[in-house]
This record gives sequence, structure tokens and C-alpha cells, in this order.
Amino acid sequence: MTKDRWMAVGFLMPSFLLIVIFVYGFIGWTGYVSVSNWNSIVQDLSFAGLKNYIYLFQDYRFQADLRNTLFFTILFIGLIIILGLTLAVLLDKQLKGESIFRNIFFFPMALSFVVTGVVWQWLLNPSTGINNFLQTFGIQPKWYTDTNILAGFQWGKIEFGVPVAIIAVVIAAVWQMTGFALAMYLAGLRGIPEEIREAARIDGASELYIYRKVVIPQLRPITVSVIIIMAHISLKIFDLIYAMTGPGANFVTDVPGVYMFETTFRGNYYANGAAIAIIMLLTVAIFIVPYLWNARRGSS
Amino acid sequence: MKKLWSFILLLVIAVFAVACSDNASGSDDEQKLEIFSWWTGAGEEDGLNALIDLFQEQYPDIEVENAAVSGGAGTNAKAVLATRMAGDDPPSTFQVHGGAELNESWVAAGKMEPLNDFFEEEDLMDKFPQELIDLVSKDGNIYSVPVNIHRGNVLWYNKHIFEEHGLEPPTTFDEFFDVAEQLQAAGVTPLALGDKESWTASHLFETVLLAELGAEDYGKLWTKEIGFDDDRVVAAAETFVRMLEYVNEDHSSRNWQDASQLVGNGDVAMNVMGDWAKGYFSNDLNLVTNEDFGYVPTPGTNGTFMVITDTFGLPKGVSNPDDVKSFLSVLASVEGQDTFNPLKGSIPARVDADQSKYDQYGKDTIEDFNKDELAASIAHGSAAPEGFVTKLNQAINILVTQQDVEQFIDSLVAASEEL
Repeated sequence: MTKDRWMAVGFLMPSFLLIVIFVYGFIGWTGYVSVSNWNSIVQDLSFAGLKNYIYLFQDYRFQADLRNTLFFTILFIGLIIILGLTLAVLLDKQLKGESIFRNIFFFPMALSFVVTGVVWQWLLNPSTGINNFLQTFGIQPKWYTDTNILAGFQWGKIEFGVPVAIIAVVIAAVWQMTGFALAMYLAGLRGIPEEIREAARIDGASELYIYRKVVIPQLRPITVSVIIIMAHISLKIFDLIYAMTGPGANFVTDVPGVYMFETTFRGNYYANGAAIAIIMLLTVAIFIVPYLWNARRGSS
Repeated sequence: MKKLWSFILLLVIAVFAVACSDNASGSDDEQKLEIFSWWTGAGEEDGLNALIDLFQEQYPDIEVENAAVSGGAGTNAKAVLATRMAGDDPPSTFQVHGGAELNESWVAAGKMEPLNDFFEEEDLMDKFPQELIDLVSKDGNIYSVPVNIHRGNVLWYNKHIFEEHGLEPPTTFDEFFDVAEQLQAAGVTPLALGDKESWTASHLFETVLLAELGAEDYGKLWTKEIGFDDDRVVAAAETFVRMLEYVNEDHSSRNWQDASQLVGNGDVAMNVMGDWAKGYFSNDLNLVTNEDFGYVPTPGTNGTFMVITDTFGLPKGVSNPDDVKSFLSVLASVEGQDTFNPLKGSIPARVDADQSKYDQYGKDTIEDFNKDELAASIAHGSAAPEGFVTKLNQAINILVTQQDVEQFIDSLVAASEEL
């Protein structure tokens, strides 16, 4: 090996070691705890098999968590993409003061999810905030305290359908993260050469048609990136929900992250908590692994 | 090449040094006395600060750090505490409820020092009621010092509302539902609940359970002599569900303070809460006892006293056990208890405390404590281990919305395996 290569390996080694220990090592440790009997403050690492996992999938609360995560993810990512793209297209019109708008839309990103959670909890509180205004029109939504499930049917132990309360949380999350999608799409739009649009215009295509057939298809890689990044945020979300609603009545706004925290650090069910953490890791992996696989194939 | 490897080694060491420096700096301030609690609300924080001031007067050389963690009636603090204890970085002393929360977790895990010698030295053995000593003892050893006694089964009511409608505070469930009906007919919400954190619903449920079973049989639930499928437990769940018809609609977005505030402000007539609500009424809302708000035992529990006691112990492995003992001795003294409790809304744990320091509520409660049958609270971790409490809270959360008593009893029976 040349000296350069040795240098490269040398510089990588510290971070490599740290990641092996503190990421993969701890994932392994969590996996190990998740099949143990460690369900009290007294440590007990005897092997329990899949007991903790079986318990979880039969658990009312965990089934509700999976339902909530599914609908939260779909609504959250869907809205982010639609809103982000719409705003980016509007901003792309070279209007004056563009940077002001860009900053306004991007600014919520600078806040912590905890702050967003607290603020929106006040805004959407059924007895204060937005409802004070809505009351003058005679409507009074219950927001995150609503326990209704839209289009529900019995599935396992839970009612399966869109929990109305999740919409309140989605509003807060979308408010926070739309700026990110906007910035990504704006960069993407700026990357499309003006010549292509010109050519289409000369061919007599309308602006709408150009967007539909020329511009938006070119933004596909960006959409994929947005989905990947937002999916891992939404699948492991904790802070926003913990600050805003907690588990919610009948666990309508509960997610695995909150359940994991309460199981582990309130109930001292360390093995159960570790099992939830591992399941969360696997759900994120469903999105991330195909992406990494694709990226690797693409580069080689 | 050699140079390069030594460079890498240096880097690795540097990174680890940074990672560990947290511990290193921790040993610098080993003289600090770190008092860990969840007392950050108005009344309780005032009490704690007054106690710390008293301690500083007597021991000006010991530096005190108030390490209170707010939120969720202690649930956040307990999470922080669990991680610190697991990492062998215990605070000098920490707040823990007497009963299962102390004995079945920290003591069982071997994390606490026995305090028998301390109790002998300070001559405390006969200064606390035997029931309290039992709550902080396991296998004949005493593990912490009680600072107060809270009563869990109190029905607070807004005096103005009751006077206006010519009502008497209910003492039985028949009276309760009668009063609730009349209030509702008059357009007043009868009962306040704030179960954003589900322990408040558990708190309400345990008072109903106590009423149905009586103190003795209630105690047998925790020793498994009576199962959770007992008829009276089912009846308690049914009564609880019936009570839910009379609570404020937005209960799931409120916490206990918000719910107490509804009563204080006169929007809702009654509230079942421990007597920390008294600290909140007096200190935060500036209400006058027996003028703005009144109190009776929760329906059906006259003659029983749901005990919640805050205690402080000595964790194993702290660097300054003598300083901790100095603090515990102030905490255990008559002066310490009478400094703390009138502000917190609780009554002193010592039998020889100065009753004149307490207002009418305190005096009445001291009297009740001395003659009533005692029962340990579940919602506050005295009766059952934390694992059971977590599962009870989950079951209650589902019960409040689905009102399915049968399913609730099933989950309680399943959870009782934790006992």
C-alpha cells in the first residue's frame, strides 16, 4: 500500500472505531437486551427468546402505535411534498423579494421539534388558541383530543383507520418541515436548464403542460430524497409528539418512540423497550436499505 | 509509519478523553450536595427552597445544588433518575415515594444504603408513625427519611358554587351522583379531570377502589389475596365510568393543575386530587381555605386515609455521605418538617411537629391521619411496583375513552402478574 492509502486509512480509523462501538455495538447490545428478561430495575440478561416481541404485537397500545405511525407518515410526507413543491414552483417565478419568502418558509426548520410541539399544543388546544376564533363561526374541533377513527374497522385489538387526532400533529410537523422540501425543490428547479423550457415553449406547450411533462418528472430524484429523509424522521418521531400531546386519549397520538420512552424509563421494562427500539430500527431500514442498495448499484 | 500510528493512537485517546471528561469534571464538585426531586411547581418549590435555606443556615460550608426535574408529577424525574442510577452516577439524595417505589426498585436493586444507624443516632425511631417506618423499610432495614405525608383521597369543591346551588359536599357515591346531577342540570360541570397524563385518572380510580373495598381489602389486592377480577373491583370500575359522564369535556388536554384551576376559578364544582392541590390553591391561585374552596374525603372513604409520603434516602456510592446525612437530619427535624410542609400543602411525617404552623386543612388532616385507617396509593407508586403502575395507567387511558369495563378488568388481571 502506498503512503497515501495508509494516511487515508489512518484518518478514517478513529471515526470508524467510534461508529463501530457507539452505533453498531449499541445496536447489537439493544438487540441482545430485547431478547432478555430484563424487565425491572434489577438487571437480568437471561435469554427470553421472542417473548418481548410477541407481547408487543399482541399489545393494544403497540398496535395503535403502528397504525398511528402509518397514517402519520403517509399524511406527513404527502403534505410535505405537495406543499413544498407548490411553494417552490411559486417561488421559482423570479418574484421580487424572493429571499424574504424563502427565509420565512425555511425559518421553522431552525426551531426544535419540542418548541413546535409546545406552541402548536397551545394553538390547537380545544379551549384556547385557534378554537377561540373558530367558535365565532360555530365550529369547535377537538383537535388532538378527538378519539374518533375515520373509516375505521376492527383489526387485531384496535380500530384501524385514520385517527382524527393525528391530523393536529401532522399540521405541526408539516409546518416545521415544509421549508426543507421547499429548499430541496427550489434547488432542483434551478438545476433545470432554462433552454429546455424555452424549447418546449417554442413547440407551443403551455406553462402548465411544461410543468407537468417536463419540469416535475425531472424532479424525481429530489422527491425520492425528500421521502427518504422525511420517512426516517416520521418513523422515529418522538420529541414533537412528546411535547405536544403525549400518548393522547386512547393512544390516538401515541407512536413507538413515546411508547419506548415510557416503557423503558417509566415502567423500567428495559427488554420490552429495547424490542420497541429494534422494531423502530427495522421500519426505518425498510426505507433506507433499498435506497442505499440503489445508490451502491448506481455508483458501481 | 510509526509516527502515523502514534498519531492515530493520540487521536483515539483524545476522543475518549473528551467523551470521559464529563465524569472527570464530576469528581471536582464532589463536595456539592445534589438534591434531586421533581418539586418545581409553586407550592412544592417554595417548600423545597425554604428547606434548603434552613439547611444552609445550619451548614453554610456545604454547597447545595437543587437538581429538580420538572414535569408529569415526577415521571420525567424518575426517568432521569433511572438512567443516572444505572450509570452509577447517583445524586447525593433523591426524592422517592415510600412503599414499592422505594423498596421494590431501588432497594431491591441494591442501590440504597440502610439508614438504621442514622435513625438510632438521631433518635428518630419513635418520632415517626410505625406505618410510615414500614413504608420505608425492607427486610428489617430502614432506607429513607419521610419528609411529609400527603393525602390522596380528597374531594376539593368550590364553596361559592355549592353555596349558590344550596348543595352539601357528597360523602357517599349516592350523594355524589345526586349532587352531580343537580349541578349538571344547573349548567355547571360537576367534576374536573385533567388526564393528559393518565396518572390523574388512575388517582381518581384508586379512590373509588378504596371506597368499594375498604382499606383492609384494598391492601390485599397488592398481596394477591384478592384478585382484580373481584366483584368489588368491577363495581369500582363501573362507578368510575359513571363518574366520567360528569367530567369536563376537554379533560384529555389538561393536566392536574389545569383541572384544579377549573375548580379554583369556579368553572367546575369538584375535583379529586391529592393535597398538593391545596398548595396550588393557596400559593398559586391565592384562594382561602374554607372560604373559596372546601374539602371532604372522596365519596365512601370517610375514615380511610390514602397515604403518599415523600422521602429522601442515601444512595450507594455517593462521595459525600456525611453531607447527605446532615441534610437528612435537617429534613427529619421538627424545624425542617415545619418549614417545608405548610408551604407544600402536606402534613409533617413526624408525630411531634408544631401543629400551630398549619392552617385548618393541615390541622384536620393531621387529626384524620392519627385516627384513620391507612391505605397506600397505587398512582403514586406506594402500593405496587412501577411496572404495574405503568400498565394500570395504560389500562385507565383505554378505559376512559372506550368505557369497556370487561376489557379493563382483563388488563388489570394481566398486569397483576407484575406484583
